Amino acid sequence: MSDLIIQELERRDLREDIPDFGPGDTIKVHVRIVEAGKERIQLFKGVVIGRKGKAAKATFTVRKISGGIGVERVFPLHSPNIAKIEVDRLGAVRRAKIYYLRDRIGKAARIKERKTAPRRSAKA
Amino acid sequence: MATGILGKKIGMTSVFRDGNSIPVTVVEAGPCTVVQVKNTDGADNYDALQLGFLPKNEKRLNKPEAGHFAGAGVKPFKVLREFRGMTGHKAGQEVNVNDLFSEGEIIDVRGRSKGRGFAGVMKRHGFHGGKASHGVHEIYRGTGSIGACATPSRVWKGKKMPGRFGNATVSVKNLQIIEIIADRNLVLVKGAVPGAKNSIVELCKRKG
Repeated sequence: MSDLIIQELERRDLREDIPDFGPGDTIKVHVRIVEAGKERIQLFKGVVIGRKGKAAKATFTVRKISGGIGVERVFPLHSPNIAKIEVDRLGAVRRAKIYYLRDRIGKAARIKERKTAPRRSAKA
Repeated sequence: MATGILGKKIGMTSVFRDGNSIPVTVVEAGPCTVVQVKNTDGADNYDALQLGFLPKNEKRLNKPEAGHFAGAGVKPFKVLREFRGMTGHKAGQEVNVNDLFSEGEIIDVRGRSKGRGFAGVMKRHGFHGGKASHGVHEIYRGTGSIGACATPSRVWKGKKMPGRFGNATVSVKNLQIIEIIADRNLVLVKGAVPGAKNSIVELCKRKG
């Protein structure tokens, strides 16, 4: 009973415009940023190295190399601050969390492209 | 204790407000019914309201309880709690969340913490325990010394030692109400609230 109420409350916050993506995929996250009262969109492009959590508490981590330095950002999947998520490239990886990318640089950090359609069913 | 309402802890989740994810505890608060009114002018010599929460099967009542509810002319309740200093309601009157609180208000929440049984000092008092290696012999989570030698040749009162932990009334002050869903008696309180899921909590107006 109590879990049903929580599920129902969480459903209100869920977004339905989230594309199907997972670890290994390269995505562009359009982030809303409010600065000095003005809103603008910032792009964060990188490789998804993992997804975590369920429903309203779900997050995903994007890693990119910025100026030779690895940068990771964790986004709440259903955050209203995300204007849009674009999937650029599907990656073929064998595990759910590709944290091993952190230890690799340059050529070693490449990910093979996946040709097939997404194997995951769209998760809520 | 102050003006307040009884509720049942439903659980925790998070909601988005202004783009930020806010941790909230969902509490099903009320509706409560005033079962007894105590007055400064009356025999009790102080102001208080006794609130009833969650309906109880009449077969489960013993005679004194049945008489108490019948006297007030209300249906029986599982939980009865007195809110001292609360006035402004008559016996039999219903109290809802909306009557007392508004969104954004800062409140205090009381509940009974989860019982942890007989707990050691690390869990109970946050001691650091002993070393895990370097020749340490089986005192990894131990208490350590509990005092000096011939002076005072006793253990100080109040020395933190292992013992029963939890299952005590805990108040958490200054929690913000993020949202009230009045038609379902749900209150979303920012942060954590004492107790397990389905335990009874008191949402109280802040004093002063």
